[in-house]
Amino acid sequence: MPQPAEFLEYPHRAYGMDQDRYDWQPADRRAPVQLKSGARAMAFITIPLEFFPLDPPAKPFKHPGAMVTPYPDLRHYTTRDYGNRVGVFRLLKELESAGLKATFAVNAEVARRYAPLIERIRQGGHEIAAHGVSTAHIHHAGLSEEEERALVAQTRAALPDAVTWMSPARNQSFRTPDLVREAGFTTCLDWESDQRPLPMRTAHGPLSCLPNHYELSDFLILGTRSQSEDEWADQILEAAAQTVAEYASRGAQCFGFTLTPYITGLPFRIEAVTRVLKGLAAMDGLEVATAASVTSAFEGAAP
Amino acid sequence: MTHSDPNLYDFWPYEGRPKIRWPGGKKLAFWIAPNIEYYEFDPPVNPSRSPWPRPNPDITGYSQRDWGNRIGHWRLMDLLDKYGMRGSISLSIGLIDHHPEIIEACVARNWEFFSHGIYNTRYSYGMDEAQERAVLEDSIRSVEKATGQRIRGYLAPALTHTERTLDLIAEHDFWYSCDLFQDDQPQPLKTKTGRLVSMPYSLEVNDVITYSVQGWSPQRYTDILKRHFDQLLKEGEESGTVMCIPLHAYLVSQPHRIRIFEEALKHIAAHSDDVWITTGAEIAEHFRTHYWDESVKDIAARGVATGGTGFAPAR
Repeated sequence: MPQPAEFLEYPHRAYGMDQDRYDWQPADRRAPVQLKSGARAMAFITIPLEFFPLDPPAKPFKHPGAMVTPYPDLRHYTTRDYGNRVGVFRLLKELESAGLKATFAVNAEVARRYAPLIERIRQGGHEIAAHGVSTAHIHHAGLSEEEERALVAQTRAALPDAVTWMSPARNQSFRTPDLVREAGFTTCLDWESDQRPLPMRTAHGPLSCLPNHYELSDFLILGTRSQSEDEWADQILEAAAQTVAEYASRGAQCFGFTLTPYITGLPFRIEAVTRVLKGLAAMDGLEVATAASVTSAFEGAAP
Repeated sequence: MTHSDPNLYDFWPYEGRPKIRWPGGKKLAFWIAPNIEYYEFDPPVNPSRSPWPRPNPDITGYSQRDWGNRIGHWRLMDLLDKYGMRGSISLSIGLIDHHPEIIEACVARNWEFFSHGIYNTRYSYGMDEAQERAVLEDSIRSVEKATGQRIRGYLAPALTHTERTLDLIAEHDFWYSCDLFQDDQPQPLKTKTGRLVSMPYSLEVNDVITYSVQGWSPQRYTDILKRHFDQLLKEGEESGTVMCIPLHAYLVSQPHRIRIFEEALKHIAAHSDDVWITTGAEIAEHFRTHYWDESVKDIAARGVATGGTGFAPAR
C-alpha cells in the first residue's frame, strides 16, 4: 500500500515557520542588542526539583529518570530522591560560594512534600519556578484542554509566586503556551529556538522562551552519554566563552543549562560544579542571573 | 494497589543535621563491600525479569561470574590484605554450599557477612510472605552454621523487593539495609518493629554501574573514587559521612583493572587519621547506639515527617 495522496501535500510549505507561535528571524538579519547592565552575554542555571513516584504511568512516555525495574523499584526511587535530600544542598552551597543565583524548577509535589527545602531556596534569594505537578504528569496533546488546565492550576496553587514555567520533561501539547500564560507565567524554559529570549505568541500575551540547551543537560552529558565530569565542565565554560565572544558580531545573547541534583549533586561531581560556577562568575562580560531576570534584562535592552 | 511513595523514611534535609562523630572522632566511615555471588547456570524463569540477557544457558555471563569466584575474589583478598581492610561481604547464601573455600578464606580474615539472597538469579518479585521469611531464615541459619556469625545486614538479591521486605528483615533483627540510596549518612527506617538503619551503600560508585553501565575506564573509576572520597571527607567535618565501595570481583579483579583500582585504596588508606575503616555492621551498631534517638528527634523537628511505616502511610 502506498501512502495516502495527502502524504505529498504540504499545506505549510511557505516562507517562515510552519507554526504561528513566533516568526522566522535568522541571526544575521537582526540588530544586535545591548543590555543596560553592559553585560555581553547572560547565563541562567536551571535546577529541577522533581518527584519520581514509585508507580509512574507509561503514557505518553516514561519521564527521563523514571522507574526502570518492576514495582517496587526502590533503587531508582531512592537514587532520584537523593537529589532532593542531599544533592541539592551541595549545589546550594556551591552557588553561594560562587555568589550566583539559580532558577529552581519545582514540581508541585516537591513543594507540597519538602516545604523546608523550598523555604531554604527562597531564603537564598534564588528564583522558584514551576515545573508542573510531578514527573508522572507530562503535558501532551492527548490531554483535553480541561485536563491540562487542571494540571497548570494545581501547579499554580502550589507555587503562587512563580513567573517562570518549565513543563515536566519539557514536553508540551499544542496549547501549553496558552495555558501557562493564562495562569500568569511569563517566562518558559521548554523551547530553545533562539539565543535570545524569544517572545512567543499566546492567547493571553507574550511568553518569553529562554534557550535551556538540551545539549548542555547534565542528565544527557553525564548520564546518558557518560562523558566525564571534566568534559561536562569544559563544554559549559566553552558555551559561555563563545556567547561572550560573539557579542562583537551578534550583540548580547543568553544560554542556559541544568544542574540536576541527583546527577551533579553527587560527591564526585562537586569539584567540576565548583569549576563551572567559579569559572562563570569570573568570566569577563558574562552575567549569571535567574531566568526571570534574563527575560527582564532583554526586555529592557536597546536595539 | 501500588504506592507512589514507599514511606520507608522521612524527608531529612542534609543541611543542619545533628553532628555525627565516628569512633576516635573520625569524620568518615569507610567500608568496602565485595559481592560474593552465585548466578545459576539454568535458573527458573521469573515472569517479571529474565535472569540473563540471553536465553539460558548464557555462558558468557555465567562463566565471567564463575571467573570471579575462581580467580577474582582471591586477587581482591590479596589487595585488601595489603591495606589492612576487611570486607563486608554481600553474599549469595547458596555459595556457601558451592564454594566453601571462599567462605573459609573470608572467615580467616575476620570479614563480615551479610545476606544478598540465596542466588542472584532468584528475584523477590512474586514471593509471598512465607517464602520471603524462608529466605531470611535460610540466610541467618546457613551463615551461622558455616561461620558462627549472626548476619546483621541485607541487600535484596539483584535489588529486587516486595513491599514487605524491609519490615521482615527488621523483624528478624537485622540492623541495616543496603537497599536504599537516598543519602550519604545512615538514617532510621520506618519499619513496624526493630531499629533498622538505612546504610549508605552506593550505586553511583558501585563497580557494576561504573564499569558496566557507565562504561568507564579503570583510570576514570579510580579518579571518581578519589573525588567521591575527598568530598565526603570534607563534609564529614560538619557531621560524619559514610562511603562504601561495593565491588564485584568478576569486574574489578580483571587483570586490566586491579592495579589501577589499587590507587584508590592507597589514597583512602593514606587518610586513616580521619577515616574509620570498618564494616557495615560496625557502622550500623554505632549509629543505633549513639545516634538513632537523636536522628528520629531531629527528623520530627523538621516538621515534614509523614507518620506510618513503610508502604503503610498514616493517612
